[in-house]
Amino acid sequence: MHAARPPRPDQVYLFGTCLIDLFVPEAGLDAVRLLEREGLTVHYPQAQSCCGQPAWTSGNPDEARRVAAAQIALFDQPWPIVVPSGSCAGMMRHHWPALFDDEPALQARARDVAGRVHELAGFLVEVLAVDYSGAGGEPVTVGLHTSCSARREMGTRVHGVQLLSALPGVTLDTHASESECCGFGGVFSLKHADISGAIVRDKVASLSAVCERFVTADCGCMLNITHAAEHQGRPLRGEHIATFLRRRLEGEA
Amino acid sequence: MSAQPLHFVSPAQFRGRVSEALADDGLRDNFRSAMNFLRDKRASQFPDPVETEALRDLGEAVRKHALAHLPALLEKLEANLQARGVEVHWADTPDEACALIHRIATEAGAQRVIKGKSMVSEEVELNHYLEARGIDCLESDMGEYIVQLAGERPSHIVMPAIHKTKQDIARLFEQKIPGAGYTEDVDALIHTGRQVLRERFMQADIGISGVNFAIAETGTLWLVENEGNGRLSTTVPDIHIAMMGIEKVVDTLEHALPLASLLPRSATGQAATTYFNLITGPRRPGDQDGPRRMHLVLLDNGRSQAYADAQLRATLQCIRCGACMNHCPVYARVGGHAYGTTYPGPIGQILSPHLLGLEASRDLPTASSLCGACAEVCPVRIPIPSLLMRLRTEANRAPGARTAQPLAGQGASFSLGQKLVWRFWSGIYARTGPYRLLRWAATRLRRWAPRRQMGWTQHRTPLVPAARSLHDLMKARRMAVSDRDVKKM
Ligand code: SF4
Repeated sequence: MHAARPPRPDQVYLFGTCLIDLFVPEAGLDAVRLLEREGLTVHYPQAQSCCGQPAWTSGNPDEARRVAAAQIALFDQPWPIVVPSGSCAGMMRHHWPALFDDEPALQARARDVAGRVHELAGFLVEVLAVDYSGAGGEPVTVGLHTSCSARREMGTRVHGVQLLSALPGVTLDTHASESECCGFGGVFSLKHADISGAIVRDKVASLSAVCERFVTADCGCMLNITHAAEHQGRPLRGEHIATFLRRRLEGEA
Repeated sequence: MSAQPLHFVSPAQFRGRVSEALADDGLRDNFRSAMNFLRDKRASQFPDPVETEALRDLGEAVRKHALAHLPALLEKLEANLQARGVEVHWADTPDEACALIHRIATEAGAQRVIKGKSMVSEEVELNHYLEARGIDCLESDMGEYIVQLAGERPSHIVMPAIHKTKQDIARLFEQKIPGAGYTEDVDALIHTGRQVLRERFMQADIGISGVNFAIAETGTLWLVENEGNGRLSTTVPDIHIAMMGIEKVVDTLEHALPLASLLPRSATGQAATTYFNLITGPRRPGDQDGPRRMHLVLLDNGRSQAYADAQLRATLQCIRCGACMNHCPVYARVGGHAYGTTYPGPIGQILSPHLLGLEASRDLPTASSLCGACAEVCPVRIPIPSLLMRLRTEANRAPGARTAQPLAGQGASFSLGQKLVWRFWSGIYARTGPYRLLRWAATRLRRWAPRRQMGWTQHRTPLVPAARSLHDLMKARRMAVSDRDVKKM
């Protein structure tokens, strides 16, 4: 955790993730803008798709391996790979190498790639040491939800709190059971829809109790919570952290 | 809360029970507040993260060491117990364990059994077995006593009656205990229960207990408890029978120490339990009390299947503290009975497939968002989410798939349809052309996105793809960059 800050790169890859790609592309674009704002050149390999997590967590490692193998081939330059989703970053960093236990050559590549994977918020804080003290916008109170795997595998909550509390005019409000899961869990939300539904109902309630707007670094959780809130007719809005940061930096509310 | 007996429920009916449990707001509130209370209590016992993590390291190391030497330690335990006059019995199955104990009881002409808390005895359904053969069994742990009186089964491994409110218990005692009036005063309720139990300790021919740690080197059985019922059950009756799973052994007394600290702190948020009972053999000549004969029943019941697999072996590190269920978002919503297994919650989800086979327990490994709260608090660092994923993989295997150590019920969740869906999925996401086509179709045909999307839309509005994918946006941007100098944001 407290290793010396890695050297500041001038080029990075962006791995956009499948959810952002199809459902929240603005968040991906905002991540690019944040990186460019720091003077970095961002490369987006057009052949990228998904980290393989849905197959991996549902007990289909062969399919996960197939998809991961296709991604691993895309990052041949020694640049950091920035991922605007903590759970996907965790999958790539911590689980990709294990997928190739029986294929030493691919495993070596997977290790190399995995070692360069950063979650966006962590990258902004730890590697780029961004200074957002000049951000503006109306005073606003927001909640923060952190994906469980992002929190546990990538330390994302700490980074999220650091970034948000450095923004002038932004008050961060902690909701009850903040560290509890939102009930998404990928295919869990489809397979055990009622349990997942009960968990997200509580999450919506506890977020709604403190804010009308929450920020998160994970699109899976974000879609889960916002679509559940909408289903219940609750006026709770969610925003990807990249979008929220970009807007504050541009002086928007 | 329905009070129907839960004997012989099938874990296969998990989904039905989940729906019932979720519809029961009162039950959910009970669990929610009980879990919050237990989480806070545990947190108060681990104020120093450095000490906590060091102790968990130690706990994990001790359990791993024990499992790495399991056969040798079990033999050592057996030899040392025998040297101290304890009769040691081995049971492969629940039936064997029950039959063994029944035989001991019949040979001694025993009629009445008093029981300290033992999850292994729940696992083999001992009460049911003995009662069907005319032997009376009474639970002496207050929580167990309440569940037994209600004709139910424990909903938690440490606090068996956690699903009950004091009003439930007041009504139950009023109905079932002659002379007990209705009172919601907790002390009075406990007093009523204790009075019934006191007498029965004196009348019992056999006391049955569980074991928290068995120490191979000294032949000692270590029992933790808060009510003194464990001590009474193991000292008053003439015969003491202890029951344990084969994984509960550790090498030395010193090895048990970190576990004895981790267990109460993780389980009930106590620095130590009120009683620590270290039992090393029956009454010796000159002793004032203690049982005249003592037995230990060691149960396998599928544990060797977990033991045989390098990854799944971690399941057996468990010291049954219950912290994983106390912190589980699923357990907190559905409660312990919904699982239909002796061990509910995360530990039950990784253990039950070995005890019952994956066929009967196939819905358990998937009933988790893999949030990892369990592994974060587990005092012996069992990587529960990884084990759940592994069990999912084993359940998904095609029939006839050859594996080094096939699990009982392997392939129970296999469906050709599902397999094809995942093949198709990987065929798209692993290849540029098909994925480009998917993006094109999803974004251009977004207005036709289905209104009902499997389980998703039961509790959420439908997902609708964006008008342009990130791929599209980035491509457009790159073209713009080459056209002109873009002003930085
Ligand atoms: S798995 Fe870990 S947390 Fe759960 S009961 Fe066992 S020791 Fe306790």
